[in-house]
Amino acid sequence: MASRARFIALTLIAAAAVGTGTWATLRTLARQRPAPPTRADSRAAGPMDPGAAPAAPAARRIKATLYYVSADGLGLEAAERDVPFADGASEQGKRIVEALLEPAPDGRVSAIPPGTTLRALYLGGRGDAYADFSDGLRAHHPGGSQHELLTVYAIVDTLTANLPAITSVQILVDGREVDSLAGHVDLRRPLPNTRLRAEKGTP
Amino acid sequence: MRAPLTALLLLAAAAPGAAQSLRPAAPYALVAADGRRAIQAAVAGGQDLVRLDEIAAGLQLTVQEDRASKALTVSRGLNVVVLSLDQPLASTGGRVMSLPVAPIRDGQRWWVPPDIVGRAFGAVAGVRVEVRKASRVILVGDVRVPRLAIRQEQAGSASRLSIDISPRAAYSIAQEPRRLLVRFDADGLDAGPIQAGGGLVDGVAIVEPSTVAIALAGGYGSYRSATLPLDAASSRLVIDVLPAGVAGAAAPPAPAPARPDARPQTANPFEPAPAGPPPALPPPPGIRTIALDPGHGGDEHGAVGQGGLREKDVVLDVARRLKGQIEGRLGIRVLLTRDDDRLVPHDERASIANNNKADLFVSLHANSSPIRSARGAQVYSLSPDGLSAEARRQADSPDARPVPVLGGGSRDIDLILWDMAQVRHMAESSALAVLIEEELRRRVEMNAHPVQQAPFRVLVAANMPAVLVEMAFLSNPEDERLLATDEFKMKIVQALYDAIVRYRARAEAQGALRRP
Repeated sequence: MASRARFIALTLIAAAAVGTGTWATLRTLARQRPAPPTRADSRAAGPMDPGAAPAAPAARRIKATLYYVSADGLGLEAAERDVPFADGASEQGKRIVEALLEPAPDGRVSAIPPGTTLRALYLGGRGDAYADFSDGLRAHHPGGSQHELLTVYAIVDTLTANLPAITSVQILVDGREVDSLAGHVDLRRPLPNTRLRAEKGTP
Repeated sequence: MRAPLTALLLLAAAAPGAAQSLRPAAPYALVAADGRRAIQAAVAGGQDLVRLDEIAAGLQLTVQEDRASKALTVSRGLNVVVLSLDQPLASTGGRVMSLPVAPIRDGQRWWVPPDIVGRAFGAVAGVRVEVRKASRVILVGDVRVPRLAIRQEQAGSASRLSIDISPRAAYSIAQEPRRLLVRFDADGLDAGPIQAGGGLVDGVAIVEPSTVAIALAGGYGSYRSATLPLDAASSRLVIDVLPAGVAGAAAPPAPAPARPDARPQTANPFEPAPAGPPPALPPPPGIRTIALDPGHGGDEHGAVGQGGLREKDVVLDVARRLKGQIEGRLGIRVLLTRDDDRLVPHDERASIANNNKADLFVSLHANSSPIRSARGAQVYSLSPDGLSAEARRQADSPDARPVPVLGGGSRDIDLILWDMAQVRHMAESSALAVLIEEELRRRVEMNAHPVQQAPFRVLVAANMPAVLVEMAFLSNPEDERLLATDEFKMKIVQALYDAIVRYRARAEAQGALRRP
């Protein structure tokens, strides 16, 4: 009985080793340069590889933490979603925000007006990012300071939580700086992430 | 056995003027311009009844019984009300009204529910009649019978009596050897249960027609009084009964900063000349000007409820009411950053306050959340997130302690970058937010996160303590319903008013004034 259990364990270990080796080889080939397996950490993949070649396998996806409205409507809570992998913090940030702009998964409520699109995402030099949205973000916002705070910080927190290279985010609309989205939150400069995230986030 | 009993009960209930057992009850008082008379009352089947002949005499009505049509007619001239004798119904002017109980005969006398007196007899007599069942008073004509709510609390060695008066009535206080008499300029008083007695007060009683008598216990030394407006129609008289050895004009025995209601309100026209020892001169007002900022306006509607209520309209309404209250009672100038339906840019809102040297800035808003269940009021002050890096550095540095800047025109206006104007007021803004939250909590539902900080645009450039008040959630159906009611709006107004009074007292107590 004991020998059989040992056999199964050894088989599993061997299989795992073969699998890891194959995966590492494929990854190395794809990037055309060596990369240790630990770099596969999906959250660090983009920003940590600034010099990487832009071409990544189309099917490749990473797990990202997106922020949606908490059940009490007063804060944000995290949900993990697969988003396409992209090289570079700004490209990866774009994919992540685009995922946030999609309709919320079942049981979640998005704080962002439906139909909003991301026009561009730029990175500044000091950890500040500039996310430029279509006019719908402002024009279709239902108003209310609570709702506006949730909208702004769903974007700010999603970017800062996934990309260590980003520490604050300024929201632009149609390529321009705006005072606010709905008359409350000061958007004239990058905002750091917030306390709006519920402590008991459910990833 | 059971069936015959049930039938008997049904018969008894249906019998005209049935011999239901009448139990005597405390009399009603009929108060008219020519005086006050008692009206006998009774209870049957849990309902109050009053003697019809006494009511008719008081209102000069004629009563006739028509046995053939089983009806009582009560009339004056051509005005008639007909009461059915076997149904709890009456008709007048072609209108039928239901009553809690049919008239009841007791010998030769008829008893009727007091409801009919207010609803029909007044119209027949051609005079205004108001029936207050809770206090057993029937008011006839334009008599003034304010409601009083009297309660007592102990403040150290002193006893404090608070008398809420609605509607307001002038009064005078006279001191007699063992009692204080508060005489109201009224035809009568409608006092509910009196919660008083203990400490320096032996008891409080109503002396007809319109005097409150405060019996004083041994150890009494002096008293002082002040009036505080409560809302548009009512006021509160506060009488501090002080022990011997404490001068009435000296420092109040209660913790002064937290008890602004004991402060004489010299701007209040309803304050009669004090009859007792003169109160201390009121300290110079710490707040001369307040800027109220109704959010949004014009094309920017703000949040809109499912029922169509718009934030921009509600906040303007509340701002106008609050302006009236503050200016009318505190003698403080109030600026509205907008007084009509137009959109004012954020910087202009702040500049109106800054250029007029306002001492406080209160922005009024109604909230919205993507989750409909979210509701309740919130109060915000600025968070450092909303400031530039330089301003944030200042806010974080130990030098950023609050500078005493209350006092309107005399304030030193340094050259301040607008982005930083709020920095040196952040601690005071938070203190004001807490006071407003406390006053709101006494009156309206609060949100689970009642006091918050956020990077709100309109607060950044305000060069004075500044807060943003979210009154309720328009995205919540119940909150939207409330926001449309006068009652709720007046609760918000009263809470903000009281918070401002408290803030002023606090500022004065801290001596944070710089005068020319």
